[in-house]
Amino acid sequence: MPSTLPDGDPAPADGGLPESALASAGSTPFGVYVHVPFCASRCGYCDFNTYTATELGGGASQDEYAATAGAEIDLAATVLGGRPVAQTVFFGGGTPTVLPAADLVGLLSRIEAALGLAPEAEITTEANPESVQPASLAALRSGGFNRISFGMQSARRHVLAVLDRAHSPGRAATAVAEAQSAGFEHINLDLIYGTPGETDADWRASLEAAVETGVDHVSAYSLIVEPGTRLAARVSRGELPQPDDDVLADRYAIAEEVLGAAGFEWYEVSNWARSPAARSQHNLLYWNGANWWGVGPGAHSHVGGVRWWNVKHPRDYAARLAGSRSPAAAREVLTIDDKRVERVMLALRVRDGLALADLDEAGRAAARQAADDGLLEPGPLGTGRAVLSFRGRLLADAVVRAMIGT
Amino acid sequence: MLSSDAITDPARIRNFCIIAHIDHGKSTLADRMLELTGLVDSRQMRAQYLDKMDIERERGITIKAQNVRLPWQVDGADYVLHLIDTPGHVDFSYEVSRSLAACEGAILLVDAAQGIEAQTLANLYLALENDLHLIPVLNKIDLPAAQPEKYADEIARIIGCDPGDVLRVSAKTGEGVRDLLDQVVAQVPHPVGDPDAPARALIFDSIYDIYRGVISYVRVIDGRLTTRDRCLMMSTGAAHETLEVGVAAPDPTPRPSLGVGEVGYVISGVKDVRQARVGDTITSATRPAKESLGGYRHPKPMVYSGLYPIDGSDYPLLRDALDKLQLNDAALVYEPETSTALGFGFRCGFLGLLHLEIVRERLEREFDLALISTAPNVVYRVDMESGDEVVVTNPADWPDGKIGEIYEPVVAAMLLLPNDYVGAVMDLCQGRRGTLKGMDYLSEDRVELKYTLPLGEIIFDFFDQLKSRTRGYASLDYEPAGEQVADLVKVDILLQGEPVDAFSAIVHKDKAYAYGTAMASKLRELIPRQQFEVPIQAAIGSRVIARENIRAMRKDVLAKCYGGDITRKRKLLEKQKEGKRRMKMVGRVEVPQEAFIAALSTNAAKE
Repeated sequence: MPSTLPDGDPAPADGGLPESALASAGSTPFGVYVHVPFCASRCGYCDFNTYTATELGGGASQDEYAATAGAEIDLAATVLGGRPVAQTVFFGGGTPTVLPAADLVGLLSRIEAALGLAPEAEITTEANPESVQPASLAALRSGGFNRISFGMQSARRHVLAVLDRAHSPGRAATAVAEAQSAGFEHINLDLIYGTPGETDADWRASLEAAVETGVDHVSAYSLIVEPGTRLAARVSRGELPQPDDDVLADRYAIAEEVLGAAGFEWYEVSNWARSPAARSQHNLLYWNGANWWGVGPGAHSHVGGVRWWNVKHPRDYAARLAGSRSPAAAREVLTIDDKRVERVMLALRVRDGLALADLDEAGRAAARQAADDGLLEPGPLGTGRAVLSFRGRLLADAVVRAMIGT
Repeated sequence: MLSSDAITDPARIRNFCIIAHIDHGKSTLADRMLELTGLVDSRQMRAQYLDKMDIERERGITIKAQNVRLPWQVDGADYVLHLIDTPGHVDFSYEVSRSLAACEGAILLVDAAQGIEAQTLANLYLALENDLHLIPVLNKIDLPAAQPEKYADEIARIIGCDPGDVLRVSAKTGEGVRDLLDQVVAQVPHPVGDPDAPARALIFDSIYDIYRGVISYVRVIDGRLTTRDRCLMMSTGAAHETLEVGVAAPDPTPRPSLGVGEVGYVISGVKDVRQARVGDTITSATRPAKESLGGYRHPKPMVYSGLYPIDGSDYPLLRDALDKLQLNDAALVYEPETSTALGFGFRCGFLGLLHLEIVRERLEREFDLALISTAPNVVYRVDMESGDEVVVTNPADWPDGKIGEIYEPVVAAMLLLPNDYVGAVMDLCQGRRGTLKGMDYLSEDRVELKYTLPLGEIIFDFFDQLKSRTRGYASLDYEPAGEQVADLVKVDILLQGEPVDAFSAIVHKDKAYAYGTAMASKLRELIPRQQFEVPIQAAIGSRVIARENIRAMRKDVLAKCYGGDITRKRKLLEKQKEGKRRMKMVGRVEVPQEAFIAALSTNAAKE
């Protein structure tokens, strides 16, 4: 999550939600996100809410974290009143696997006890390739995790060096093999393209290395130079070049080509899967406007048209929960127009696209123009859906702006 | 003391002005005179007097003339000195000439560290044409860099006096100012007029006051102006009630009447300065003079520019603001204009570039408007082969048919500069199609160049170029000098085949290519990439003379959604949408407001 939180309305101290939001909780797919705000070291490009100190004090240290976050899970159960059962759980960070597997499994059990898990629930954790071993993977797997997502980023040493990544180029493949042996059903590799110094050939090699591991899911993100990061400082000093949009477009085309040839299909602008079953159900929750509770400092939640986000610092977060108060920093209750804008913005990013019926007349005209410009697939348009073409995926934000009108 | 109500004996009156360059200390000298004559004490000084407009103070120039009546005693005899402060810029040379016509004498004030400047020289010539008695004065003699001997020689050579006659003062410390006032009494001739003739008074300035209506500053030549009498403006033939006459001492002080030689004000209930124009003659409606004082000239706009509100919904505000400014600015003309690129605005005529800038700045400051102004252009006269004549004040009005001759306005320019820069300045003038008319040495190292230049070449950043090529040492003055036949063309700029009217320009044939390529490449930098390729063309008629391409944008998508922070993404999108609303559409091309401003402002000359 970003280094700054949005502005919003005050959130109630008990974390309570309006009746209208709660009403949707039982009928809408529901997931739980658990943010683990710790890393062994901070990467130069990263502006996520994460901390490298092991001892932050005040109930915010790493070994107290599972207990602290557990309190928020209980709060969620109280607020939601046992209505939803989690269909997905996703541990992200930070680096969740800097915590002992037992802590992660313990948190998962707490979720199951407090909120309940659907029978076929997708349970994912993110991990750094160097932060797992066969034993910890086995513990996670037997504790209920069935999907793991590794931050591979690149197969090239010089690219990993610019990104400050600690693992060696071959480590991601080994970690995947270990996860496969541990019995994980679904494995994802995260890749980053457009790192300064990366060539088209480097990128192609990274994609091929990822495909060769036999994973069923790949996420490919263009490097974004976020203000306030070490990377941004190096770019502004002129030590590293700013990633060029045309180069990024070329890299995206290479991803589509290499992944496509290996049998992957895009199902979201930055995500490819070998089969529909391999798509990340948790990821799709976000794009489908479903409900989720985000546990942890700085985590975002959405239930029935109310979005809220927690205080950012682990110490503030721990203090709130220790005082039996909601850790929410602020929230917003979406207006009808906000919801309309979000539906276009989110649905257009996925392979199923957006129903034209969800647009007003101006939006439908914009969709026809976008199709004329080659940004939407003509076929689905004829059957009432706006689906991005390959070129449209690269210009998705422009298409969204056109469709939401003014 | 002279009685405050009686008409002053003309023999006791001295009417004078101060001719000086910007920064040569005119306002400081006037302030010192106010103090010495006891009219204003030093504490009130800043708030009280000269350069009343913010813009005047900031730029150190006088836009509107001011005047003040100063009591002074020499050898026990009482005198009345009228100081008439003149506007100090080429755009207002007509106003200057009327102020000079109201005086019998002029103080020629020159900075003892810098010497005479072109502006001063031009006004000096105007003063000589008006037969004013000149008192040459070197100011700032307290400065370490002052060279009074050198510049006294220079002045003596120019006006033909003895270097020893050049007075030396420091307006800052007050040194020599008392003696200067004595010399004004001794040297400046007193006014002469016929007290029994029908009243004739020259308007040398008119201002609009929201409470009192128009206040006209006048110099009485013959007869007297009284509140008992209706007054008549001789150029319009309109009669008005004389509500009040008075003198500036320095605050307006009513009097029963103003007599021969006196300088004061008239309030006649007129609501608009265009009904009491500078240069007009006021007479009595009951006993009108047969002839006006002469020299009246209707102001003629020399430079036109389109003014557009950046926010289109401000158009009514702009119209009201122009209406209000015109109450106080008889030279400002405007009419509604529509631009496909910029929307609704006004085509405005100005006396010159400074006038344009002042109007624009006042609109922005006093009326809180954000404006775009199109590249200024001069007035062209086009003779068609059909025998028709077309007057073009806007490139959009350039005629389509067969063109016979095109005439452009030219100016007689005078440039003063150190002789080291003669080559650089000649290069510049030649590049601007200038014709050298003469070269004189004012002193060993200072040169006066005379050029005939097309006015249209001066309004494109000429002054900036002149300053940068001479490290700020050159000064420039010019006056209209008729017109000449010129080989001019209209260059259009097209985006994706659509002409952008705001960027069209009338330029000399030899410069069309340079203008076209410069504008096209500038726009390529300024206009963001679109979802499709955008060709930029410069064309004369249907002939393309330059071409650039804005490549299609290929990527406009944020890869991720930060751990479910949908709020941030939506807000970002809404911000982008807001930005899009500030785009102007040219066909399907979105052009940011800033691109128009940047492309137009770099072309506009700066004074």
